[in-house]
Amino acid sequence: MADRIDLTLKVNGADHRVSVPPFARLLDVLREDLRLTGTKEGCGEGECGACTVLLNGRVVNSCLVPAVQVQGAEVVTIEGLADGENLSSLQAAFLTHNGAQCGFCTPGMLLSATDLINRCPNPSDDQIRDGLSGNLCRCTGYAKILDSVHAAAADGGAAR
Amino acid sequence: MIGASSIRKEGRAKVLGTAIYTDDKFMPGALHGLTVRSEVPRGILRAIHFGEGIPWDEFTLVTAADIPGTNLVASVVDDQPFLIGIGEEITHSQQAVLLLAHADRHLAEKARRAVRLEIEELPAVLDIQSSLDLQTVIYGDNNLLKEIHIAKGDPDPVWAQAAHVVEGEYRTGAQEQMYIEPNAMLSVVEPRDGALQVTVWGSLQCPYYVHGALRQLFGLSEKQVRVVAMEMGGAFGGKEDYPSVNGGHAALLAWKSGRPVRLIYDREEDLACTTKRHPSRTRLRTAFDAEGTLLALEADFILDGGAYATLSPVVLSRGAVHAASVYRCPHVRIHARAVATNTPPPGAFRGFGAPQSLFAMERHMDICARKLGLDAVELRRKNFLRMGDTMATGQVIREDLDLASIMDRALAAIGYRDKRAAFAITNQEDGPIKRGVGFSVFMHGCGFTGNGESHVASVAGVEGLADGTVAVLAASTEMGQGKNTVFAQIVAETLQVPVEQVETAEVDTDRVPNSGPTVASRSTMMVGRILEDAASGFKQALVQQGFLAEPYTPESFRAAVAKAVATLGSLRCYGQYHRPPNISWNDVTYQGDAYPTYSWACYAAEVAVDLDTFEVKVADFAAVQEVGRVVNPTLAAGQIEGGVAQGIGWGLWEEVTMQRGRMVNNQMTNYIIPTAMDLPRMQVIFLENAHVGGPGGAKGIGELPMDGPAPAVVNALENALGALRLDEVPMTPDRLLDRCEEVSHG
Repeated sequence: MADRIDLTLKVNGADHRVSVPPFARLLDVLREDLRLTGTKEGCGEGECGACTVLLNGRVVNSCLVPAVQVQGAEVVTIEGLADGENLSSLQAAFLTHNGAQCGFCTPGMLLSATDLINRCPNPSDDQIRDGLSGNLCRCTGYAKILDSVHAAAADGGAAR
Repeated sequence: MIGASSIRKEGRAKVLGTAIYTDDKFMPGALHGLTVRSEVPRGILRAIHFGEGIPWDEFTLVTAADIPGTNLVASVVDDQPFLIGIGEEITHSQQAVLLLAHADRHLAEKARRAVRLEIEELPAVLDIQSSLDLQTVIYGDNNLLKEIHIAKGDPDPVWAQAAHVVEGEYRTGAQEQMYIEPNAMLSVVEPRDGALQVTVWGSLQCPYYVHGALRQLFGLSEKQVRVVAMEMGGAFGGKEDYPSVNGGHAALLAWKSGRPVRLIYDREEDLACTTKRHPSRTRLRTAFDAEGTLLALEADFILDGGAYATLSPVVLSRGAVHAASVYRCPHVRIHARAVATNTPPPGAFRGFGAPQSLFAMERHMDICARKLGLDAVELRRKNFLRMGDTMATGQVIREDLDLASIMDRALAAIGYRDKRAAFAITNQEDGPIKRGVGFSVFMHGCGFTGNGESHVASVAGVEGLADGTVAVLAASTEMGQGKNTVFAQIVAETLQVPVEQVETAEVDTDRVPNSGPTVASRSTMMVGRILEDAASGFKQALVQQGFLAEPYTPESFRAAVAKAVATLGSLRCYGQYHRPPNISWNDVTYQGDAYPTYSWACYAAEVAVDLDTFEVKVADFAAVQEVGRVVNPTLAAGQIEGGVAQGIGWGLWEEVTMQRGRMVNNQMTNYIIPTAMDLPRMQVIFLENAHVGGPGGAKGIGELPMDGPAPAVVNALENALGALRLDEVPMTPDRLLDRCEEVSHG
């Protein structure tokens, strides 16, 4: 087995070439090689959702994705949601409605919520619960997160 | 300002993903630290064997023999070693024995697995009853970490004369804080001016606890140690005392290696070795007259304190003081003990002993009502504390307290009467779903118990900056509760400037004074009050020195601060805690004002039980509380909702499974916390009653919501299912099935 493997991938619209250990995870590539530390590790086994990113447009736990599988892929992380200084509707709503408390689940929560609103522009409480059920939050009891997603939906969804 | 829902100060960085948590901090050349632990609950460490196939000469290794200062973690009682040495006694399964570090974290993990510990095993004590039995003595001469007696009147003559005497035993399990960010530390130790300089950056609630622990560990002066609190991904008490341990470990590796060291726990290690809520057993005995007036109360309250005292004495203290709860009672005897077991030491978790004793009392009151043939609402109403009444410690209620109104508001919010009437009919039907409503009434003491605030004598300050803005100087940490925002609001209110002109300084012990630990629902009320004083002094100083004239606009204030800083070089004003003249406490007799004040609440829950699966759904929840004046309604509601979620989790799902003194479900896959699917929308209602001792009238809020949900939910289960032995949490489906079978089998 080779010591390192070379990969190219597109993250938040920018092309990157990295050389990583063969057992590296997408999470490691993002945090260690690209220094995109907004994506968090909470459990390393796909339970907490803190490492959620969009991979080719689909929600994944980046701790469960082997780096070798992302050759040529497009990845969106929390760093890719805002347009410069302009927050996305969801980011703005999480800020206004206290959807983020400690903030550690927030990047993953925002990626899952972005995916949800793209699929379902005006979700009900139950649809939001279902869409975010893979993202654990220990601070909020989820109420303010539901409020935030509803507010963003009313504001035109994930589109900026 | 105060009363406004100001936007979270650090919120923008959090939603952008740019907030820097400990493991996000860039530290070139850092080694990865790991900890080798004992894996047996009790024994004598005989040898450490280093396996083959590992380039050990590349590793930094630290054992107890390397420790330069004192091998004891500074805490309430200094009894816990950082590392166990050869020939010393291992007292729990997660005891740290060896620290190792390497630049390659994968190789470091391989090395950890290659270490073999030679341990001569000794008989272990693994639960409360075995500890009480004293067949094996593992701590002192009686296995007691702490014992407390609280007495009021004399219950003994009452039992024989009372119309009713009701006894009960209640148990609560350990609970994991499950902050989403696992424990994390970074350290650099370098020589400076011929002496050592130790720096730790970490996920920690109490910078000056870690500061004190590092000083003792290395034998250093105050100036040689620096602790910086990074952005913190939740804590809930779980980062109160443990960071003194892993902070010390990180610093030892950094010192030995001469390199920066990252010590980042993965989830399995974090769950297995860090602190939990103390398991408890409470026996209650209550006497009532024929009309249901409470005449006497006896409580035997026991916490499993694990292998070392750590924070158990103070957790026990809060639990003991809350054991008599919100009821007027002339004769009270409380006997509280924290017992030692060979398990990893439990520690702080939101509520800090009070949820345990309050669960017992609020379950017991429902059971008393049933046994006395009275309504649970009216039994409580008859016995509530009111202004002028005396609590178990002799504390006189000096505030206008109306618990009946709080209770009635919660019952109205949940529709208690209507639902009970409706469920009494629908539960007779054949379907598997049975419904019930229940409630609990409770309080939470604000700030430290007893003389804690006087001992800490917290200091906090306000500093003018060159651009004319103001910085809050306090060691209180932001863990999501909203400290940055609330402190800024309190200071802005005092200075009469917009909250945007006030920021909180980075929590770095080189810069901020010791405002005490970020615990005990004390930051807003206690530190906030000191900040009011400091801000007031700051404004006066500006006026007296001619920089500011009243009345002023925000712009002129800003210009005045900028000018003062330019002229004077720096401008800081500090305040310090002073005990209010009307409160006193005796640490020996446990008599006096246990807390300067209390927050009060009634929580009501509606549950639906599926008798096919024994799963419980919380269908509705109402949380009504009186917490003084609410500084920031949105942040405060977030605190209540999050606390209720944790309380429901503790009541129904969250179970720490121990085998041979080790947590075996130490993963998020098998330790279950609530997801977005598991919780109802909650009704959060604040009844404001300004408290004179708090900033702008505020009281403490953080822990209160942890106290009430579990008894409310279990009381609702009794309403749904009838008189089962519902005496324990978590009431998991397995446990609920057992309780139902007890009845059906007679």
